Amino acid sequence: MTSTRKTTTAAVAAALSGALLLTSCSTTDTGSADAAAVDGKTPLTVSLFGTFGYEEAGLFEEYEQLNPDVTIQYESTQGENNYWPALQTKLASGNGAADIQGIEVGRIADVVANQPDKWTDLSTTAAGDQVGNYPEWKSAAATTEDGKVLGMGTDIGPMGLCYRSDLLEQAGLPTDPAELSARLGSWDDYVALGQEFKANAPAGAAWMDSAGGFYNAIISTEEEIYYDESGELVWDSNPAVKDAFDTAAAAAADGLTAKLEQFEDPAWDTGFGAGSFATIACPAWMVGYIKGKAGDAGAGKWNITSLPGGAGGNWGGAYLGIPASSQNKEEAAELVKWLTDPEQQAKVFETGGNFPSNTQAFDLVAGATDDYFQGAPIGEVFSDAAEAAPTQVLGEEDAVVKSALVQALLSVETNGVSPADAWESASDDLANQIG
Amino acid sequence: MSAPSATAPPAPAGPGPKSPAQRVPLRSKLFRFESAAAPYAYIAPFFLLFFAFGLFPLVYTMWISFHSYELGGEPEFTGWENYTWLFTSDDFYNALWNTFTLGVLSTVPQLLLALGLAHLLNYRMRARNFFRVSMMMPYATSVAASTLVFAQIFGRDAGLANWMLSLVGVDALDWRNGDLSAQIAISIIVIWRWTGYNALIYLAGMQSIPQDLYEAAALDGANRWQQFVHVTLPGLRPTILFTVVVSTIGATQLFGEPLLFGGVDGGALNQYQTLGLYMYQQGWAYGSLGRAATIAWVTFLLIIVLVLVNTALARWRDRDREGARR
Repeated sequence: MTSTRKTTTAAVAAALSGALLLTSCSTTDTGSADAAAVDGKTPLTVSLFGTFGYEEAGLFEEYEQLNPDVTIQYESTQGENNYWPALQTKLASGNGAADIQGIEVGRIADVVANQPDKWTDLSTTAAGDQVGNYPEWKSAAATTEDGKVLGMGTDIGPMGLCYRSDLLEQAGLPTDPAELSARLGSWDDYVALGQEFKANAPAGAAWMDSAGGFYNAIISTEEEIYYDESGELVWDSNPAVKDAFDTAAAAAADGLTAKLEQFEDPAWDTGFGAGSFATIACPAWMVGYIKGKAGDAGAGKWNITSLPGGAGGNWGGAYLGIPASSQNKEEAAELVKWLTDPEQQAKVFETGGNFPSNTQAFDLVAGATDDYFQGAPIGEVFSDAAEAAPTQVLGEEDAVVKSALVQALLSVETNGVSPADAWESASDDLANQIG
Repeated sequence: MSAPSATAPPAPAGPGPKSPAQRVPLRSKLFRFESAAAPYAYIAPFFLLFFAFGLFPLVYTMWISFHSYELGGEPEFTGWENYTWLFTSDDFYNALWNTFTLGVLSTVPQLLLALGLAHLLNYRMRARNFFRVSMMMPYATSVAASTLVFAQIFGRDAGLANWMLSLVGVDALDWRNGDLSAQIAISIIVIWRWTGYNALIYLAGMQSIPQDLYEAAALDGANRWQQFVHVTLPGLRPTILFTVVVSTIGATQLFGEPLLFGGVDGGALNQYQTLGLYMYQQGWAYGSLGRAATIAWVTFLLIIVLVLVNTALARWRDRDREGARR
């Protein structure tokens, strides 16, 4: 009998160990979703990507002090490209998503078109009052055809032009923002000035960082990019896209770029401090990035002015949404409302550089200057750019088209591919990918 | 009816020896059940886990590969559409070719180096264990950590590799953006990581070769090199086959190194996009889970074919040799 018992124990143990493994997986999953209520307080989970700046500005702590019955659990994934797929699997299974999730602007069209039932309509919640405070294009992008608002804007990416005044000085170019901006009436002027820079440039310094970044800057000032008003994919027939591509490719072929792939090449990061490039297209959030990467080596060397011709553009930005699976929708909506209020958005801009999307915050930040950027009036530069920015048409496949074109431009820079061939091969890739 | 059976012997039921079996007590029945069932219970944990985490994902992946399944959407049956898409996609053949060239560039030098190292470590020498253990260090390092360090080493502007090239008068290379240079850089990461592991396996194999074979060879006047070629190599053949198979599988699945070295595109011209990267790009960058599942299955079948070819080659060589001996 003893041996029989041993056998059954072994079998049970075997079954258990399997079961334990399975349950341990599922409990950790749900654990992040509905954290247990502590002391009768409502726990709110917030899951974001990159740096939204709330934690850095101490806003979560402040909210907990203002609302003693709420505790906030915050987590952030560094790369949005890792964050989003993981969130998708949680949304699909209806469990594991946080009460508040960040949504990158490149994903919002997908959310609105394909996932309206997985997110909460914020227009009927406490956050609903906020909708009218956004630029029309910012809130429209997060609104479904039947009027549901699935995301509240956090920041936008109004464009400026950041430059190394020390390198410009060495090449005999103007270093004062106003003087420089007077020389830049158009993108062609920008390229022409680049030729001038190249002729007298200090060793190892290129005019701009990458053709892909240049392309994104030009395209950021356009209304219709990859999709037209009716939602039709028009990237290959839109002259604005082709012109921007050709302009950037020509600059690359002329050797005006440092040939550094943005966000991927380690030498791009070090280039901010080492002075590998003199100018870079600068959405508001790039200000914080430059400070982080250039550090002390770049302090007092960078400055900022507006885009050529004073054009307004937008690159990037994000939203906050509440998954339909959230158990604390009301409390989460209150927090979303508070975080997107003008005062809080202004605080985030002051600490991290993420520019407010709430128009009422524009006045609060208009006077902001930045010592790292030689005291540049960054509030004014970005406010002007935001006000001049066009209403962009967003689409589901924006990110796919954009990355294919940026990759093609990199091949012009680094592999000597002719601009025409690069365009051709991006077209083939995209035809294969999205038909 | 019941009375006779109780009193009369159960002879008609069958031959003598079987009769006690009918009166087997519960205890020994259980005993017999145990001896039959115990082995299954003991191996059950493995198979339960294998079914849950091995077989099920495999079959489910195949199911997904016949569907158009966008990340965040619902699967929709499309039959062979994903497979026709894959086999008409230029990027797939490019990834296949890159996987092959990267595989050759990393596996061949790696195994040759490992063989040489193992041979050297097989000699008596001071601090032999120190060398043997230190060979395993790269293998114990995480792919992410080592690749990020190598990405710095192969940096264009301030990398160690370019500095070393400049010492011998070679111009700086843009390692990650070149075609061959990027593949070489990635291969070096792979070689660095796996050479010690393979060397240790070869070393274990060498130590199981009887010493008297070497003595006999020495008596016949064979020098060290001839001993290596005629005693060590034939003795190591099963071990070499094992490492070739394992390295082939590893090379076919190459993913972490190229991803961390240059990103999911695998370069501006996809010049080092492997099958693994291509699958990842489809699934997680473009959200096409159906296509990614298709690539996963084709890769799986490719690996099976490669392993079968490997073993068939080895067997064919064996038969060849035996034939030659007769």
